[in-house]
Amino acid sequence: MELSEIFKYGFVQRAILAGVLIAAISSMLGVFLVLRRFSLIGDGLAHITFGSVAVVLLIGISPFYVTLAALPIVMISSLVILKLTSTKRIQGDAAIGIVSSIGIAAGIILTSLSGGYNVDLLSYLFGNILTVNQTELILSSIVFLIVVATVVFFYHDLFAITFDEELARSMGIKTREINVILFLLTALAAVLAMKVAGIMLVSAMLILPPLTALQLSISFRMTLIAALIFSVLSVISGIMISFLLNLPAGGTIVIMNVVFLLLVFGVKKISVLQR
Amino acid sequence: MPVNSIRIDDLTFCYNGLEILSDISFTVNKGDYLGIVGPNGSGKSTLIKNILGILKPQKGCINIFGQPLNTFRQWNKIGYLPQRLNALNTHFPGTVEEIVQLGLRGEKTPYLKQTLELMGIEHLSSRLIGELSYGEQQLTMLARALVSQPQLLIFDEPTTALDPETREHFYSLTEKLNRNSGTTIILITHDTGVIGKYAHNLLYLDKKIIFSGTFKDFCNSPAMTGFFGPVSQHMICHQHTEPDEVIANGTKRNI
Repeated sequence: MELSEIFKYGFVQRAILAGVLIAAISSMLGVFLVLRRFSLIGDGLAHITFGSVAVVLLIGISPFYVTLAALPIVMISSLVILKLTSTKRIQGDAAIGIVSSIGIAAGIILTSLSGGYNVDLLSYLFGNILTVNQTELILSSIVFLIVVATVVFFYHDLFAITFDEELARSMGIKTREINVILFLLTALAAVLAMKVAGIMLVSAMLILPPLTALQLSISFRMTLIAALIFSVLSVISGIMISFLLNLPAGGTIVIMNVVFLLLVFGVKKISVLQR
Repeated sequence: MPVNSIRIDDLTFCYNGLEILSDISFTVNKGDYLGIVGPNGSGKSTLIKNILGILKPQKGCINIFGQPLNTFRQWNKIGYLPQRLNALNTHFPGTVEEIVQLGLRGEKTPYLKQTLELMGIEHLSSRLIGELSYGEQQLTMLARALVSQPQLLIFDEPTTALDPETREHFYSLTEKLNRNSGTTIILITHDTGVIGKYAHNLLYLDKKIIFSGTFKDFCNSPAMTGFFGPVSQHMICHQHTEPDEVIANGTKRNI
């Protein structure tokens, strides 16, 4: 099959469009999360998503609305992680671990109650971007616009909090409110990213592009842009390669993210050695 | 009636049931230069964090520029240099210019360049903060605190990482800002002898206020002699000044 032929299919166009939007969302949020050492929040929220999807499928909600229906539980869980972290008695990674375990445990029990793993649940576990429906595409577009608006409007506050939260508070920045916004948006990103990469690989969408951009040692603003570019390139190349080689799209997208990371890392090492 | 920069009444702060600050009351007038000294764990940084709203006291009132802390919104009037960056991520991709611009809430003004030049770090403006030495990082943070031309500057052990020459430059800069621009300064340090040369008043803190007054009063205070012992007090008071010069006439030496 010719590469150009791929784009004639409506489901491929939808997949690429949704993939690009979700890649942009997760990479932008990922920069703030990785630098604040909340890298694994994607993992934790993905596990909650697993539990939420199991609930939704058990109730019998149409697969068209599973993503939408899973959102409230994941958003509440993101706030629970934030609350646990801010008590200072529980560290960020431990808070994520607690919520993550609850998500997985609930998911396993509910899946068992609904008669074991079915095709729908497996498609969420491993992702299938080619099955993105119209509702999810619209949801991705709305979330993309919200994330871009938030990053532009609160750029200064987000930058300050990422640099040093205590210092940001001393500048009168409402750190609690900004954190709530960031965590709620991350919950949205995690639910959307499960369609692209699957629950098992959601955190890769949040971590890998920022990590690749950070290797470039460029300014904060440019790091955000670079992360977005690497993420979008990974999704587009991942979908194309998966289509041409008949590979699972989610896994291929994540592998492409890793390829970009290794590439940038390698180039950086060589340039350091040449100095 | 002049508006105080800071007024604190009966402040008490506890952490995990332990009293860190007890019944603290003092006033910092506009144009004052206050040195806060005291041993490790005496609550100096905690006091500052209460003033800045980072920590919330269990008891007491804090007024900044005549307004209660909970309604105070003009944070650009205050420049704060923390004790040390909270576990600065050395991979943080912020350039010196971006960090200093934080003090301007992201705005670009001519004063940005001037401040970078004043701190002698204009050549580092495009470097990432994580790539700099600790001293250069501290100068960047100092520039961030100064760039908005605040009316009140709060420094928490600002000279720890600086070499003696830069340290001297820093102190004379604070003195100039205080004298020429009328900037109110609060500076926390362990170096009582050095701050005594610059500060109008000293506050000796050890969970509560042990001493409050001028450096001259501090050196002549029998209570402080009892607290430190005569030898230590003599060393503090005569650390950096000629014996005859020490507060004999109550004036401060110009640098």
